[in-house]
Amino acid sequence: MTSFPLLSALIWLPILSGVLVLMMKNRPAMAKQFSLWSSIAVFILSLGLYTGFDTTTAQMQFVEQANWIPAFNIQYFLGIDGLSMPLIILTTFTTVLAVWSAFECIEDRVEQYMAAFLMMNGIMVAVFAALDAILFYVFWEALLIPMFLVIGQWGGPKRVYATIKFFLYTFFGSVFMLVAFLYMYSQIGSFSLLDFQAMPLSFVAQFWIFLAFLIAFAVKIPMFPVHTWLPDAHVEAPTAGSVVLAAIMLKMGGYGFVRFSLPMTPDAANYLDWLVIGLSLIAIVYIAFVALAQTDMKKLIAYSSIAHMGFVTLGMFLLYGILRNTGEMQGAILGLEGAMIQMISHGLISAAMFLAIGVMYDRLHTREISAYGGVVNTMPVFAVFMLIFAMANAGLPGTSGFVGEFMVILAAFKANFWIALAAATTLIFGAAYTLWMIKRVIFGDVSNHHVAEMKDLSRREFMIMLILAIGIIGLGFYPAPVMDVMHASVEHLVQQAMTSKLP
Amino acid sequence: MDMMLHILAPELLLLASSMALLVGDTFWEKRYPALTFQLALVSLVMIVGVILATFSTESVQLFNGGFIRDGVADVLKVSMLLMTVVVFVFARDYLLVRGIERGEYYVMGMISLLGMMVLASAYDMVSLFMGLEIMSLALYAMIAMHKNSSTAVEAAIKYFVLGAMATGLLLYGMSLIYGVVGSLRLDQIYQAVSIAEPTLVLSMGLVFVIVGLSFKFGIAPFHMWVPDVYHGSPTGITIFLAAAPKIAAFALMFRLLIEGLESTIVEWQSLLIILAVVSLLVGNIVAIAQTNLKRILAYSAISHMGFVLMGFIAGNIDGYAAAMFYVVIYGLMSIGAFGVILALSRHGFEADNIADLAGLGRRNPLMALIMLVLLLSMAGVPPLVGFYAKLVILTQLVEVGMVSLAVFAVVMSIIGAFYYLRVIKAMYFDEPAADMMDAGFATVSLRYGLMMVGALVLVLGILPNGMLSLFAQVMMY
Repeated sequence: MTSFPLLSALIWLPILSGVLVLMMKNRPAMAKQFSLWSSIAVFILSLGLYTGFDTTTAQMQFVEQANWIPAFNIQYFLGIDGLSMPLIILTTFTTVLAVWSAFECIEDRVEQYMAAFLMMNGIMVAVFAALDAILFYVFWEALLIPMFLVIGQWGGPKRVYATIKFFLYTFFGSVFMLVAFLYMYSQIGSFSLLDFQAMPLSFVAQFWIFLAFLIAFAVKIPMFPVHTWLPDAHVEAPTAGSVVLAAIMLKMGGYGFVRFSLPMTPDAANYLDWLVIGLSLIAIVYIAFVALAQTDMKKLIAYSSIAHMGFVTLGMFLLYGILRNTGEMQGAILGLEGAMIQMISHGLISAAMFLAIGVMYDRLHTREISAYGGVVNTMPVFAVFMLIFAMANAGLPGTSGFVGEFMVILAAFKANFWIALAAATTLIFGAAYTLWMIKRVIFGDVSNHHVAEMKDLSRREFMIMLILAIGIIGLGFYPAPVMDVMHASVEHLVQQAMTSKLP
Repeated sequence: MDMMLHILAPELLLLASSMALLVGDTFWEKRYPALTFQLALVSLVMIVGVILATFSTESVQLFNGGFIRDGVADVLKVSMLLMTVVVFVFARDYLLVRGIERGEYYVMGMISLLGMMVLASAYDMVSLFMGLEIMSLALYAMIAMHKNSSTAVEAAIKYFVLGAMATGLLLYGMSLIYGVVGSLRLDQIYQAVSIAEPTLVLSMGLVFVIVGLSFKFGIAPFHMWVPDVYHGSPTGITIFLAAAPKIAAFALMFRLLIEGLESTIVEWQSLLIILAVVSLLVGNIVAIAQTNLKRILAYSAISHMGFVLMGFIAGNIDGYAAAMFYVVIYGLMSIGAFGVILALSRHGFEADNIADLAGLGRRNPLMALIMLVLLLSMAGVPPLVGFYAKLVILTQLVEVGMVSLAVFAVVMSIIGAFYYLRVIKAMYFDEPAADMMDAGFATVSLRYGLMMVGALVLVLGILPNGMLSLFAQVMMY
């Protein structure tokens, strides 16, 4: 392992290039090119995490540790394991697409827009890499500022309402997490996440800390009933904003569960797993019905995101049920790995869906399903991609969407038949709402003269779509690289989640 | 005698220079109108230099224990002096345009500052009271300086009447405590109180003292004057009111409650909890209904002071250090926020309504960015310094087991975030009205000054360690 501080570079390079881009006022072309190339450079750099990663250990790797605020023993402590590494690469990858996708549709204050996405890139990497609670919290909250401005400045007609709702919901969720951190700090005098994971905690303390974490992560992921900010934020955000929101920011909630809730409060998680599982099932079943009723494409995909993230939380909290039923670890690992794969896969699929909708929006400036019809006649190439993404969203075998859902459903059978049955309905409803939308938008006769005038994909759009399609199908057929990376860490996590921390 | 001069040097220098400027100004007012301003700045900076040169964390007492110079006093004085320098620079052009820029503004400011410095160093109840009165009387006069503005005069009268009442209450409380203890010196009070049984008279005295302090701090439910005075005073004077006097109020509370009466903590802790809770409620909830920026900032001040109180409530040294950090950071942020209002105001136009900031992100991106940083910092969003101010307070509360109070505080700060977001929304998401001019008259010094304040809020947010450990260190002695 080299001593080159790769994680710091991945955090600060994008932030610095964001500051540089901010200065390129009145030179939008330059700002665009610079942002694209610097985000590509960061993506390539982040691949170094994959090549240099040791898959045999659950220990933290690429560790960087320095004193930051010694007065409170707050450290600049970074490191990754198999849970965070794939998410970091997903982040840098998505940022490239987000920046590239905005080349033509954003004309106003381009440099600010680009700078916001570059900075968010660095901040999101930092969230996944931080091993100090306060460092984590600082980046977690700092992310709100650029996203707040992006939705509020470049969003749709109801953007102000949506962005303030987004900010306040997330802020509301996370402050309790901060108090939980402070409580744990007051017990052991350290903010290190590894110390938090190792410290013994009484059941009552665990109970409240678990709930504090649950609020924070449930808002972010989002879970029923605190999901209502998501459809608003997604619909109003510009395309790239929706992409980053869906592909990465939702994953921060899921990451929070595996990094904080399960290993830090295992006894409370064991006690309250029914709560999370119940909310997940509501998300999977009820939200699927809500998605069916949508007339706005983005809103439909937003609701489908909530349903898919329900699978993530379900997979994460199945392990206690499986252990009670069968006592074997394999099922628990299956569920957690399924949840992690589902996160990565949903990152790709939701990014693809939002980009595809963005492509259509750029041409017709509406997201209403009823405004389209017969797009396949005028945009055949686009229709192929859209169909692939839709199939993946519906969980068709051979796409990445299938792998995670299948693993979670398998794991659910080991826990409880009825849970598995409820979860499996998604294969029907997911297909229903996605394919019905495709039918109305893509197929049929050309519905009106606006659709008749739509032009097929430009080269730039084609490339973006192609990259995503390769990713989705590649992960669907051969998920092993991602699974190998996370296997050791997931095993370690199951160990932690099973070990009681009662003093 | 030699020894004495060196300890008293900052106060003596300030006294001498303010008196010299008071007299001198009448001679050179016509020929060199800027001279008083320049000399005032020079002398303030010089005093900062003197304090820094003789800085030590040791505590030295003078005048039979009536005056103390220790690390806490020095840190507070340096912050107050620097803030006053910044305020003078920021406010000058605003006052000039309105024809109320006079030598008296600076002289009054310096005299008020002298009172605050005496407060920071006072070690018996007489010198505390003296410092308080020097500060307050000069402030009343400053607010009334804009004598043609009826709102300013109204604000001055309100401030004076309520301030005088608060002084009376405080004085009464002090006399009761003196009656029990038999001494005015804080260290003797401390000793006497810690061995004596708590009596009803002492508790009465304590209640009066706390009510008086709350008036001065602007803590709910004794906050009624704050919005009116902030709003009514010319912004160039509000900016002075909002920063250094809060630090002085912290000094007053610290000296009286901690250095004098710390052992009665069981008695005053519950009082302060009520005051803090009410302040957070009033400050954050009532602010939502305001449309005037100065009033919003006034209510925000009330809620921030609630946070400061919580540092006292924690009842340990780290808690007091956290409160001190908070109040200094608050001063910095509020100077910045009022500075932006100053920068956007023009002749005959006060940019003090939320609507006046509409579209500022386009009209004047720099000012908008600075305001954004300051408001988010006040809301407690990392990585800005306001977050650490809240963080250290909350840490101490949780440390002493008051988790529910900490939870209450964070919930209130979510509500608070909403009204800061409203201002940000106006700046970035609203379209400017057609007749809005590009920007105010922001002069070079004001612009650069604001940039520095904004940068400081960000830099201290990324590297807060130096200041935090300094504050913790001076508090140890």
